[in-house]
Amino acid sequence: MTTFVVLAVLIVASAAFVVSARRTVYGVIGLLVNFFCLAVMYLTLDAEFLAVIQVIVYSGAILMLFVFVIALLSSGVRPFSVGPNRLPHVLVPATILAAIGFAGLMYVFANDVPTRQVASDVSSIAGNVGEAGVFGSVADFGRALFTTYLLPFEATAFVLMIAVIGVIAIAGDVDPPRFASPRRKPDRSEREPILKEPS
Amino acid sequence: MPVPLINYIALSALIFMIGATGVVARRNPLVMLMGIELMWNAANLAFIAYARAYLNNAGHIFAFLVITVAAAEAAIGLAVVVALFRRSEIVDVDDVAILKG
Repeated sequence: MTTFVVLAVLIVASAAFVVSARRTVYGVIGLLVNFFCLAVMYLTLDAEFLAVIQVIVYSGAILMLFVFVIALLSSGVRPFSVGPNRLPHVLVPATILAAIGFAGLMYVFANDVPTRQVASDVSSIAGNVGEAGVFGSVADFGRALFTTYLLPFEATAFVLMIAVIGVIAIAGDVDPPRFASPRRKPDRSEREPILKEPS
Repeated sequence: MPVPLINYIALSALIFMIGATGVVARRNPLVMLMGIELMWNAANLAFIAYARAYLNNAGHIFAFLVITVAAAEAAIGLAVVVALFRRSEIVDVDDVAILKG
């Protein structure tokens, strides 16, 4: 229970920081903390593979993409975080909205969730983590993914391919006048020598 | 010491509402995308908590698929942000009114 409470407090605090941070980069750092705490919580729920995937894909790939876009957009031009700060005006209605939504979700769930108990500490035995038959092990996960759920898995590949094509179609073409400046290839004699010859 | 399932569900709902509030209240497109990421993660947490409670692998598989789709969504969303910014240096989604009737 202690693990859960500590992680829950960290997760909620970092999530609130993400949506209220004035600078986008700070928000990304809050999101990083959030994802790591969620990965630890997945570990306590015996989902080892998903905890690793969470760190690799979310913290490694998606957040890196966010940081890259922020760096790309705010280099040269005005910083991305400028603009009117309307957060104080929307704070009260946003909190009320979130509270109403949370109450509605909890009302729906409370009628539905059976009073099951979930272990709070890592319950799988150390050393048996990857073996078959242990709940949440990589072996069990892989077997389920490649037998019962093979079709969704293959559909995922298709979704990713479409996403790649879409990204190239949306952001791949550069504006001709601004970006495609005719870059002259330097002459061989103008090039800087890689190795300085002693003269 | 066991934790009731409803605690995980409550935490998931709370993260989801924080993310949704970020999407609704903030007007910086990157922060809105981060709010969407928070909502994906809330769904994942619910999936994994239910999977643990019922000792069923299906929740893990669905969480895995959600992570994949979230990656695709983040890539496309950031591509849209980059394209918008290139075209008109927009930092506020309220200024995006090209499709306005």
